[in-house]
Amino acid sequence: MIQGSNFAECHPVGFQFVMEAKLRGAKVIHIDPRFTRTSALADLHVPIRAGSDIALLGGLINYVLSEGKEFREYVVSYTNASSLISEDYVDTEDLDGVFSGWDDKSHTYDPVSWAYQDSESDGDGQGDGDGGGGERSAHGGEHQRETAGGDKYGSGGASVAEKPRRDPTLQDPRCVFQILKRHYARYTAEFVEEVAGIPQDTFFELARAITENSGRDRTTNWSYAVGWTQHSVGVQYIRAASILQTLLGNIGRPGGGIMALRGHASIQGSTDIPTLFNLLPGYLPMPAGERGGSLEDYIEPDAGKAGFWGDMPNYMTSLLKAWFGDAATAENEYGFDWLPRLSGDHNNYATVLDMAEGKVPGYIVAGENPAVGSANGRLQRKALEKAEWLVVRDLSCIETATFWKDSPEIETGEVRTEDIATEVFYVPAASHVEKDGTFTNTQRLLQYRHKAVEPPDDARSDLWFFYHLGRIIKERLADSDDPRDAPIKALTWDYATEGPSAEPVASDVLKEINGYGPDGELLTAYTQLRGDGSTRCGCWIYCGVFADGVNQAARRKPAREQDWVAAEWGWAWPANRRQLYNRASADPDGKPWSERKALIWWDGEKWTGHDVPDFPPTTAPDYVPPPDARAGKALAGDDPFIMQTDGKAWLFAPAGLVDGPLPTHYEPAETPFHNLLHPQHTSNPAAKLYEGPGNRHHPVGSTVFPFVLTTYRLTEHHTGGGMSRFVPYLAELQPEAFCEVSPELARERGLTHLGWATVVTARSAIELKVLVTERMQPLRIEGRETHQIGVPWHFGHNGLAIGDSANDLLSVTLDPNVDIQESKVLTCDIRPGRRPHGAGLRTLVEDYQRRAGLA
Amino acid sequence: MGVREFIELWPVVRQLRGSDPTARGDAARSAGSEHLRPRIAEADRVVRSICPYCAVGCGQRVFVKDEKVIQIEGDPDSPISLGKLCPKGAASQQYVSRPDRVTTVRYRRPGGTEWEELDLATAMEMIADRVLDTRRRTWQDTDENGQPLRRTMGIAHLGGATLDNEENYLIKKLYTALGAIQVENQARL
Ligand code: SF4
Repeated sequence: MIQGSNFAECHPVGFQFVMEAKLRGAKVIHIDPRFTRTSALADLHVPIRAGSDIALLGGLINYVLSEGKEFREYVVSYTNASSLISEDYVDTEDLDGVFSGWDDKSHTYDPVSWAYQDSESDGDGQGDGDGGGGERSAHGGEHQRETAGGDKYGSGGASVAEKPRRDPTLQDPRCVFQILKRHYARYTAEFVEEVAGIPQDTFFELARAITENSGRDRTTNWSYAVGWTQHSVGVQYIRAASILQTLLGNIGRPGGGIMALRGHASIQGSTDIPTLFNLLPGYLPMPAGERGGSLEDYIEPDAGKAGFWGDMPNYMTSLLKAWFGDAATAENEYGFDWLPRLSGDHNNYATVLDMAEGKVPGYIVAGENPAVGSANGRLQRKALEKAEWLVVRDLSCIETATFWKDSPEIETGEVRTEDIATEVFYVPAASHVEKDGTFTNTQRLLQYRHKAVEPPDDARSDLWFFYHLGRIIKERLADSDDPRDAPIKALTWDYATEGPSAEPVASDVLKEINGYGPDGELLTAYTQLRGDGSTRCGCWIYCGVFADGVNQAARRKPAREQDWVAAEWGWAWPANRRQLYNRASADPDGKPWSERKALIWWDGEKWTGHDVPDFPPTTAPDYVPPPDARAGKALAGDDPFIMQTDGKAWLFAPAGLVDGPLPTHYEPAETPFHNLLHPQHTSNPAAKLYEGPGNRHHPVGSTVFPFVLTTYRLTEHHTGGGMSRFVPYLAELQPEAFCEVSPELARERGLTHLGWATVVTARSAIELKVLVTERMQPLRIEGRETHQIGVPWHFGHNGLAIGDSANDLLSVTLDPNVDIQESKVLTCDIRPGRRPHGAGLRTLVEDYQRRAGLA
Repeated sequence: MGVREFIELWPVVRQLRGSDPTARGDAARSAGSEHLRPRIAEADRVVRSICPYCAVGCGQRVFVKDEKVIQIEGDPDSPISLGKLCPKGAASQQYVSRPDRVTTVRYRRPGGTEWEELDLATAMEMIADRVLDTRRRTWQDTDENGQPLRRTMGIAHLGGATLDNEENYLIKKLYTALGAIQVENQARL
């Protein structure tokens, strides 16, 4: 199942394995608003209305549950289906579209009522207000929301009552299984047809295909990409697929899973070692709120809890030792006090809104092009105009570097170059072949690149740039006795350098990330990390990349000399495990569910098999932890989901999400339709909208903006175009911006193939070449013909392949859990011909705003 | 050469009559092609790398001659890509070696209408000045309730998903020590 992804065009080389599977008899189904080359190569393409995926996935969950098609033994043993939920929990089905805990004033949830009933307390765990399961479940809605939700909990998610009360018969009305059944009962085939535009016989074909292909002997995979994440309810899309795949027993097993197909070379690495505001390396949360006091306060919510996240204190102390070295001691809590504290939502969009108001003087942009690549391009450029100084690191003078002389706002005459006070430094970057280093690909695989040549002229790696910037700053502050400079002075920064430009040695940095033991020896596994200051480790999940002193990420044993797991090519975190939670590939007794689907198994003494077991290697299948066991030792022999406190896959999320414990169908923030299911709550009530003059949203069902628009990528281009629009071969293959429309819409609006069209939203208007194609099909939604328009978003006006930017059309509208913008669905108008150039552009947009009642 | 022999030398005739109906072998040969050699045969060395575009992570072989990258091809050893590259990966040699790549520092002063030249060392010192000055001006020791913040909200960073792990590590480490928290990348895009 490929849904929310154009696999063949966006990850072409990975798609070869889909084709190979098809040759061996796999059925490939593509669910997508557009017919693409992925659809052309699939057995079945199912057009869907952008933004209605939870309706479809909920329909499939309902089918599985009402037909009794779940993988019973897997569900009972490995999921929280049998766990009982608090008596205080009330479902969206009984509260007109919100869950219990909703606060209409702050637009946030207090998740306390979603908790498990704790078997160790009497009653439902809510007995003494915030005691029992409630206390351990989560930490207050307001605060949870403010620090970007789920991420704040780190890898393990939120800690919960370790021993919830259970009903293994799955009959108790408060058990997760029964709650799920009730929650999805209205997601019928008729409902899916009305909302998503998928005919009922197609729906049943899908439902049969996945249920017939799941079980002991067979597994089904779901692959997705940003077609799922870029929604105001994006995290819940993934949750919905997780629930379905877990019910079908497709997690932790070969051929199963939910695969995120990611679009940047090391986008996985940039979350593992995060350049993200709310995380420290290895998904440790940044200190904030009640985790912002002492180191003790920081680790308290997780320390010693069951599951491997219970060892979090060891990971944190080792990180502080790696950063502050000998200056980090037990007495000063290893320098924990030196870390800055969060106090709210510091995601990039929030920062850009502040910057546009002149509140953020400095901006460093490295390998990204927000003037084109981020939602609401006008707002992005406004922010750049208001910054005092800007550093752009890239290989080309991208739009973000040249906004002061050629932005669309200069063209309309809204601003003049002379009046823009921003000081701009373009500092050229080295390419991937001009530096050593690792990328982490979409399957968590670290692969080391070796430098082929020196970078030309002033071009330098980011390793060089940030190392030398840090070196200069450290030198400047060497004599400071201001306490705020203490962490800079203590920072370990003595990296060896090499070559003509004094490039830091990348493998030395990777060694620091891997970690060192008490005697300076490279560590081999994160289980060696200690909380007493004797070990140092820059990112605990990467501990082992230098196992046995060998750069494991640089291993390149040819595929033909290895088995299908190819464990000796690169290194996957954690511990070179290629498939997470693979304990679930064996039954509760430790035997493979079937010969055909064997991955790891219990051989009587230890776990063994094709992959590295993602489980304590000698914990027997029948092991029951003693009551005082902690962390990894508190996992039972049949608890495959080792990062979770309860060791089980969460069909229902008792904590950790800010917009509900179960996925619910909400319309996108901009939609032609009211919510059939919950008329009181059209869109995700917890989504972040940042409503303001520069960020207007269209009213639901607006006749001024009647069409659905979805953005997408092309094979020949890459994100904001910085790495592709300047490359002649790629520009020749895809030279200019365009939109895809159906013949029906073209007739309705007078659009001609290869002619121009102007697409308008309340944010801006852009002109595009028109591609009239039957690949776009009108859908019947709630009895009305509905048109969708596809627009690739790579383009800008610098380089060789040029055009207006699709992101200028978008508002900033974010998923409340992870701050991802809703760029896969919005509403718009389309009209034939070019847009006005010059001042007329704003007049046109303001006219639309007025007509839509937004001015 | 007689007319008949001449005609028999035509590739299309050889394709139709010979043992190479798809014209990917013998039929495609000519006097000119006899002397063609692959560019990569001239390389001084071959360096193993990974494609810089998407997260599939295809293996690359980088062919270097006279300290220039003359070709980048798929790595047949990689279990991920089995030697293949898509159009982006296959164009990456042009990405690194195109003539219009901007490889020197450019500086635009406030209100300036043109780029100016600046040497790299001066640029680094100027950027360090601005980081320290902005940090000083925007420092927050505590919030209004006296809770510690120890940070600046004056310096923001964006970028990281096409950067190396080692680079992101130094970025996060340096900013955190400086107290700059608005560090983000396109993992959210
Ligand atoms: S060659 Fe194409 S598919 Fe492979 S990593 Fe590069 S961009 Fe992705």
